[in-house]
Amino acid sequence: MEPVVHFRAAVSLLGRFPALAGVDLDVQRGSIALVHGPNGAGKTTLLRTCAGLVPVVDGEAVVLGHDLRQAADRRAVRRRVGLLSHATCLYDDLTVADNVRFWARACGATIAEADAAMSALGVDGRLADVSVAKLSAGQRRRTSIAAMIARRPELWLLDEPHAGLDAAARDVVDGLVRAAAAAGATVVIASHELDRATALATDVVRLAGGTVMPAPREEVTAGVS
Amino acid sequence: MFHDTVLHDAGVIAGKDLRLEWRSRVTTNQIAPFALLVLILFAFALDPDRGILTRATAGLFWVAVLFSGLLALQRTFAIEAADGNRDGLRLSGLDPAGIFLGKAGAVALELLVLEIVLGAGVALMYGTIFRSWLLLVVTCLVATTGVAAAGSLYGVLAAGLRVRETLLPLLLLPILAPVLLGATRSFEAALAGVPSDGWPWVELLAAFAVIYVAFGVLAFGSLLEEA
Amino acid sequence: MIPEHTGSRATRIIGALTLAGFAAMLVLALVVSPPDQVQGDAARLIYLHVPVAIAMNIGFGLNAFGSAMWLWKKSRWCDTLAVAAAEIGLVFTALTLLTGMIWGRPTWGVYWTWDARLTSFSLLFLMYLGYLVVRQLPADPEVRNRRAAYVALLSFVDVPIVYFSVSWWRSLHQSATLSLNTTISGSMLFTLFVSIAVFIGCFAWLLLHRFRVAWLEDEVEAKGLDLAISERRAEALVGPRPVEAR
Repeated sequence: MEPVVHFRAAVSLLGRFPALAGVDLDVQRGSIALVHGPNGAGKTTLLRTCAGLVPVVDGEAVVLGHDLRQAADRRAVRRRVGLLSHATCLYDDLTVADNVRFWARACGATIAEADAAMSALGVDGRLADVSVAKLSAGQRRRTSIAAMIARRPELWLLDEPHAGLDAAARDVVDGLVRAAAAAGATVVIASHELDRATALATDVVRLAGGTVMPAPREEVTAGVS
Repeated sequence: MFHDTVLHDAGVIAGKDLRLEWRSRVTTNQIAPFALLVLILFAFALDPDRGILTRATAGLFWVAVLFSGLLALQRTFAIEAADGNRDGLRLSGLDPAGIFLGKAGAVALELLVLEIVLGAGVALMYGTIFRSWLLLVVTCLVATTGVAAAGSLYGVLAAGLRVRETLLPLLLLPILAPVLLGATRSFEAALAGVPSDGWPWVELLAAFAVIYVAFGVLAFGSLLEEA
Repeated sequence: MIPEHTGSRATRIIGALTLAGFAAMLVLALVVSPPDQVQGDAARLIYLHVPVAIAMNIGFGLNAFGSAMWLWKKSRWCDTLAVAAAEIGLVFTALTLLTGMIWGRPTWGVYWTWDARLTSFSLLFLMYLGYLVVRQLPADPEVRNRRAAYVALLSFVDVPIVYFSVSWWRSLHQSATLSLNTTISGSMLFTLFVSIAVFIGCFAWLLLHRFRVAWLEDEVEAKGLDLAISERRAEALVGPRPVEAR
């Protein structure tokens, strides 16, 4: 079966800086891949490239059957992925419900799906009518995750999904990720928090200097436990 | 089919912008008072007793519209530049033409509110007596469409840049010079009670609006692409 | 291989012809052609003013053409043409404004009047100044070229509207426009044609050099990519460099 993410010697530039300098990566449908590595390794750029936001200038890069070297394909892949980035993509002056519903409608999802996502993340009820500007960092993050899952993406791209969340919220996110993968979605997580993310992952990839390093799974898991 | 999705997407964006405006009240609480302040400053700069204000009302009105309109444009694209929202829009799958029409439509509505406030302002403070209402209203609608369309194009172009506050006026105001000219002449004709002199200017304003709306529908997607 | 200079046989020939043309033009304009019956010696400024205005128009025409072609074909050649033409066009706009003002002083008694052409040229000058500002903002080449191309086209479609509205506006108030359709003698017409040809040659010479400079600048920037990739891959072994170093 075709992998959902297939990179061979893929190069992506940020300005003139080759943030990805020849990445080889395959992620199969239904799997949860963990990409870890030091700061500046290219994890965020890898996710943004998968989302079709950063062009691939050299090598092969195919995501969900779309060739990321082509502008039209990059636009097409965006509708099918969900990207949870460092920025939360929320409008400060709107309420939680307004934000989640707006992004859900913008992405072709229904209001009901938006409301379901909000209750899954515990930002429903009284919180739903609070301005995003008044939320705590963790609540803001949960709202952002709700907006992402409301669109039911085929490929989840999670950049440090546990950052800023309390233990309960982390468990909720892990549960959502496992359920999504079981239902046939594919997940790529970028994280440097190995202990928590490794327990979740089915594949582990180490990224450094914009390239994938050979890192057998046993070694990583052994180091953690 | 194409038009359905574009209009639906425009509605989603405009609805979001207007709801955001309704909750934050920046136009009504900050930009509109600023526009009135500009009218008062004109009275300080020009001698209000010698009739200069009365003669220059049309021009002063439209200069005030442009300056306060710049603030509204800065604001509407600053919210898209904040917190990764531009990426959100790119990832959303909304039609770029729809995003353009939605943003421009919401800005146009805010400008029309500003024009009503400014109209009341000149009537009260400069003693303007409005007549030829049809010409006045049509001029406002057509000129506002042009300003909102051209402004949205330059707004999205400048939004991601660190220098956006200074770049937007430099790029936009020379382009809008014909709108200022046309709308001012048309208003002068209306206020002087000879609307027939104003209609040719409305045609010029309409040509401007059509060109920049068409440009925006075609080009907005590729201007949004910058990362 | 990167050449050491931007000259070539073609530019040297154009340059030599232009230089000889300038000498001939000076003689024709200052000695051979008679002073105008109405304006006297001030009329000799049209041998400067009209040619630089024509060169300016060519510059902005080429800029719009290059920008549109870049959006269509994405060829580097078109973008380089657009930016080179805009820069030189801007210089010629400044010269047009300057000669217009110098001519206005003896003719109208003031340097600046709200003449339709002077007014629209000044707006044009500001628009293309904005274009060059946008072109010079740091960004990756694709983004920078696209942004600049759209600014160029947005300005270009506005030019006729600006000119039309300004001349319409001024014609309502006064009719004194910088009009050159006074009776013009044969030698004056000949001198005008020579000076137009000379300035077009000068424009072409500048454009070729500017084009090549811009081309080489891009070449130098592109050369760094392979090196940057190998440096980036080496980070995997030694850890990333400090962020500032990028």
